[in-house]
Amino acid sequence: MKTKTEQRRSFFQNNAQLLVPLIALGLLIIFNLIRDPGFFSVELATNNDGNPVLQGNLISILNGASELVILAMGMTLVTAAAGGQDISVGCLAAVAGSAFVKVLKSGAAITPWLVLAGFLVCCVTAMIFGAFNGTLVSVFRIQPMIATLILFTCGRSIAYWINGGATPIVESPIIKAIGGFIPGVPIPTPILIVCVMGIFFALVFRFTTMGLFMQTVGINQNAARLNGISAVGMKLLAFVLLGLCCAVSGVIGVGRLQLINHETLLLNVEMDAILAVAIGGNSLGGGKFKMIGSVLGAYTIQALTITLYAMKVSSTDVKAYKAVVIILLVVLGSPVVKAWFGSVKNKLTARGVSAAAGKEAA
Amino acid sequence: MSMISGKKPAVGKKREPITDTILLMSITIGIFLAMYVVAMLAFGGGFLKPQQIFDMLNENAFLIIISCGLTVVMITGSIDISVGGVTALVAMVGVMTLNGSMFPGAELSDGMRIFIAALMAIGIGLAFGAVQGALIAFLEIQPFIVTLAGMFFARGMITIISVQPQKATGDIMAVLQRRLEIPWLGSPNKKGVMIPAKIEIGVIIALAVVAVIFVLLRWMKLGRGFYAVGGNQQSALMLGINVRRTRFMAHLISGLLAGIAGFVFMMHTGAGNATNATASEMNAIASSIIGGTLLTGGVGNVIGTFFGVLTLTTIKSIVVTSGLREPWWQSITTGAMLCFFILLQSVVLSSRGKGGLRARMKAWTGKKTG
Repeated sequence: MKTKTEQRRSFFQNNAQLLVPLIALGLLIIFNLIRDPGFFSVELATNNDGNPVLQGNLISILNGASELVILAMGMTLVTAAAGGQDISVGCLAAVAGSAFVKVLKSGAAITPWLVLAGFLVCCVTAMIFGAFNGTLVSVFRIQPMIATLILFTCGRSIAYWINGGATPIVESPIIKAIGGFIPGVPIPTPILIVCVMGIFFALVFRFTTMGLFMQTVGINQNAARLNGISAVGMKLLAFVLLGLCCAVSGVIGVGRLQLINHETLLLNVEMDAILAVAIGGNSLGGGKFKMIGSVLGAYTIQALTITLYAMKVSSTDVKAYKAVVIILLVVLGSPVVKAWFGSVKNKLTARGVSAAAGKEAA
Repeated sequence: MSMISGKKPAVGKKREPITDTILLMSITIGIFLAMYVVAMLAFGGGFLKPQQIFDMLNENAFLIIISCGLTVVMITGSIDISVGGVTALVAMVGVMTLNGSMFPGAELSDGMRIFIAALMAIGIGLAFGAVQGALIAFLEIQPFIVTLAGMFFARGMITIISVQPQKATGDIMAVLQRRLEIPWLGSPNKKGVMIPAKIEIGVIIALAVVAVIFVLLRWMKLGRGFYAVGGNQQSALMLGINVRRTRFMAHLISGLLAGIAGFVFMMHTGAGNATNATASEMNAIASSIIGGTLLTGGVGNVIGTFFGVLTLTTIKSIVVTSGLREPWWQSITTGAMLCFFILLQSVVLSSRGKGGLRARMKAWTGKKTG
């Protein structure tokens, strides 16, 4: 039987990687509260359509981060299983969004069934492209970053090609509801979609061995194979699931603007998604992972962006400040600095013990 | 690993004398030449003139330079995605120095301005390289994240310095954009007048960079260290190579080259803009890969990279010439070609790897039993 302190210690050891994103998020919250005590106040307002909606900085952080959070979830799996990152997620989301809009445009009117069909087509498209990436990585053993460089180069052009060089507008209350609010529900729909995805992954991890297997493949591929785990299959599965995540975030992106712009839809999101995984304390070299860390990382990035906007930093300058914060975070989380903190802590505790021993002797 | 020595092994009847580096590079050069010949036969016209190649070089001198930097970094087994941002930042600072908006009060001669712009280009490049290299090598932070932050910082700094696009014109740009003319490589224009081939100064800088990096990687201790560290970090450490210093130096070189590339970019365009050199880091990575550099480290060559840039550019000009004028074909064909090269490399290397492994196993068991 473990004692209570042992249990507590192992809980902290298991979740030590969440420390950095939690500290970062906490510092951001404290900083904002000092700057403006009402920063996180949420109010119930009525929007133009007469629906009750929640408003406030907290809601805009949660809402704005939705696509990033979903992509970070998928990216965590790919990172864990393949030991590399997919840099084509933004382009894949654009392709998926284009396929979605293409289906919507094919019907006379946008009915709920058509939207469902569009969503299914969009998911299948993105998962096929995901499987393409996955095949290159698993069967041909190409580095994930290089394999996905192909779609990074031509993904947005494929999206452009799907809609024949146009940026069609899809106006419909259903599409508006996906990116905005469902009538009568005050919480923005993207937040609800994130919850659904979160529950989906939580159930998968709870009731299947997928997470454990992906971890095993990431830590040692040969050992995994000798234990009867298909490394190829696991990597492929990770990429296909990331494709699904891309499709969902692409649909949210289309819903927000009610049009598809292949050039600007989720631009540069791949970099933020990888960053979220890293800030969440996951090794970019694969192996052990905690999806909740990546989710926290994604919310940290969005909170940082919203904070900078609130401080009247222009949207183009935000990058430079973001870079400084990122560097500070990764320096804090770097192995060398951690080791240094550990040695300082050991020294302090050793001194404390010896002092206590000295007292007893006296 | 045979590619570390780069020479024929002394007792190497069983081992192939051709290293992975040389093999991948030869494939690239072969495909480039084949593609160019096909383009000459199919489209004639522009492809028959030497000026076509010089135009490709003039346009992409900066890309050649940053690709060389990336090759060095990738051989070491690291990555640098800040190069495009640094190039754009240096171009912006350089243009503002040239047109006088950087130091509004100072009265400077043209020569002095060019000198200051060059100094700042090298300084900014070295600063980025040193900070990133130190974070990666000494604090052991993942290179992707560090250089991603570097890219964000550089891109953000551009708009902090100037939101408006900047332009340098007049005599000072005429000096910088002076072109070298080679009459005997010229070709007649439509009226039958001979037009000499024109090369920009940037191309000469780029070729010099390729030569210097080639010498560094082939014959110098530091360069061989890059291959050793990229091939196997543990073995390199045991050989007495200062792994941290080597990784730091790789990033320093990459930063310096990004600075030089920014200056060359500025010489070519004379414009500073926040969207300059967008996605050039990915183009540079693609060029290095096509040229036979592996992201896993230990394999690569700048000559291959040089041909990688030319291959990418040729694909683009073939697409334009062949009449596929829809804007999406260019990148779709580039992606398809990239896919082809990557698959080819994978297949070639894995087939070689299997053969090599079997041969080594045999030799080992034979020694033990006999």
